[in-house]
Amino acid sequence: MWSFAHIANELHNWLSNQFNPTWTLIIEMVIAGVAVIGLFAMLGLILVIMERKVSAWMQIRLGPNRVGPKGMLQSLADTLKLLVKEGLTPDGADKLLFNVAPFIAMIVAMLLLAPIAFASNFQLWDLNIGVLYVSAVSSLMVISILMAGWSSNNKYSLMGAMRSGAQIVSYELSAGLSVLAVVVMSGSLQVSDIIESQRNGWWIFKGHIPLIIAFITFIIAVTAETNRAPFDLAEAESELTAGFHTEYSGMKFALFFLAEYVNVFIVCSIGATLFLGGWMPFHIGNWTGFNHAMDYIPSSIWFFGKTFFLIFVIMWFRWTFPRLRIDQLLNLEWKYLLPISMINLLVVTAMAILGWHF
Amino acid sequence: MFIGKYIKDIWAGIRSLLVGMKRTLYYFTHHKEIITQQYPDNRDTLELPERFKGEVVMPHNENNEHRCTGCQACELACPNGTIKVIFKNELNAEGKKKKAIDKLVYHLELCTMCNLCIEACPSDAIKMAQTFEHSVFDRNQLTKVLNKPGSKIMDGVE
Repeated sequence: MWSFAHIANELHNWLSNQFNPTWTLIIEMVIAGVAVIGLFAMLGLILVIMERKVSAWMQIRLGPNRVGPKGMLQSLADTLKLLVKEGLTPDGADKLLFNVAPFIAMIVAMLLLAPIAFASNFQLWDLNIGVLYVSAVSSLMVISILMAGWSSNNKYSLMGAMRSGAQIVSYELSAGLSVLAVVVMSGSLQVSDIIESQRNGWWIFKGHIPLIIAFITFIIAVTAETNRAPFDLAEAESELTAGFHTEYSGMKFALFFLAEYVNVFIVCSIGATLFLGGWMPFHIGNWTGFNHAMDYIPSSIWFFGKTFFLIFVIMWFRWTFPRLRIDQLLNLEWKYLLPISMINLLVVTAMAILGWHF
Repeated sequence: MFIGKYIKDIWAGIRSLLVGMKRTLYYFTHHKEIITQQYPDNRDTLELPERFKGEVVMPHNENNEHRCTGCQACELACPNGTIKVIFKNELNAEGKKKKAIDKLVYHLELCTMCNLCIEACPSDAIKMAQTFEHSVFDRNQLTKVLNKPGSKIMDGVE
């Protein structure tokens, strides 16, 4: 009863009764915008404290444990500190580009939220090329990084930005190919169709080994695309101080930081949608009792649970693996991931044509 | 065979990554492994590692006897002149003069806790203590005399 879809419908009906269609649309857009900004703020707070706790426990440390119960308000305190800090623009910087870059990073992250289904029938924009839209817009992220690196007028920033550019451009390929594997299987680019095609089993189970390989390549490629360790050459703090955001301070720095975490959330939610069935509950064959019990868990909890599991996996990578060198990074993509995902795509296509999946 | 080596490479890579991930997952789920000491809070129950090097001390037994023969090996071993041995002459049982230490002066403010003096000591007269709260307001308090007043050398230590 209290599902997201129900609340959205009630709100829409109430607004339609009060206003004419144009005003209804405008008010709904404002509500959606506020909700997205609220989601970003919550994600920033939750993911930062999660990252710090996960990293601490993996490195046999305690992590933040002073602010609030068990240190859970630490990221709130950090945000307050960043809000009151001075946002300095260096003298030699290109003022316009320098100040616009963090906002572009945020806008790209916001655009990416549009086709994601957070719960059953709860989606901002169910466009018919959802997956293509996501892979097209997510590569715009590199523009904000290049802008920040170039306009800072700092060698570390520029090197970080250039590395990031090379990295995102090359890893886009294998991410796209592994996404294509699911598109081939489900036969649609629309996010709601892809989720619907997983009603009788998630693609990672239905697609045998080829889709498991696609899932692994997808996770590796998106880890590289979001510039997280072990692919964090763009900010490699031991080599480039902080990479492309070396010169940023205060809230502009916080926006880059937030955009990084929001991007992690988005790529994980896309991974969850494509491979793990989005908001679809976990069903096992003909076990009706078990399947009914799973249906009682709300769809939004399924979606966020899967997404946060993938986020945990990506954090797990970050705190386990050492950083790759730039040549190793490109070797991994061009010699291993790309050929494997190409052959894999061929196998998946054959499987889809011959109907070798459940 | 090229393809065989390629696949073997990938397999070896994935396996070594999984070994690392297993280890970090073990630490993530086993919080008893955490080695962080919440120092000012757990001051009473603080447990330091056995080989922690806090300051040089000279252990004395219940008869106020130490094992230092005054051989100066520690003074020679010290890279930055932390230890000074000051002698006095003592009469032994047969009425002969014998060299013995008057004071073994230890400048804590100069010490880098390198442990070379302890390794150099032939009679195990000095050792590293586990105390580490050394801050004082007066620098003179950091110059310490390690042998207690009125102490003697233990019998049988040459």
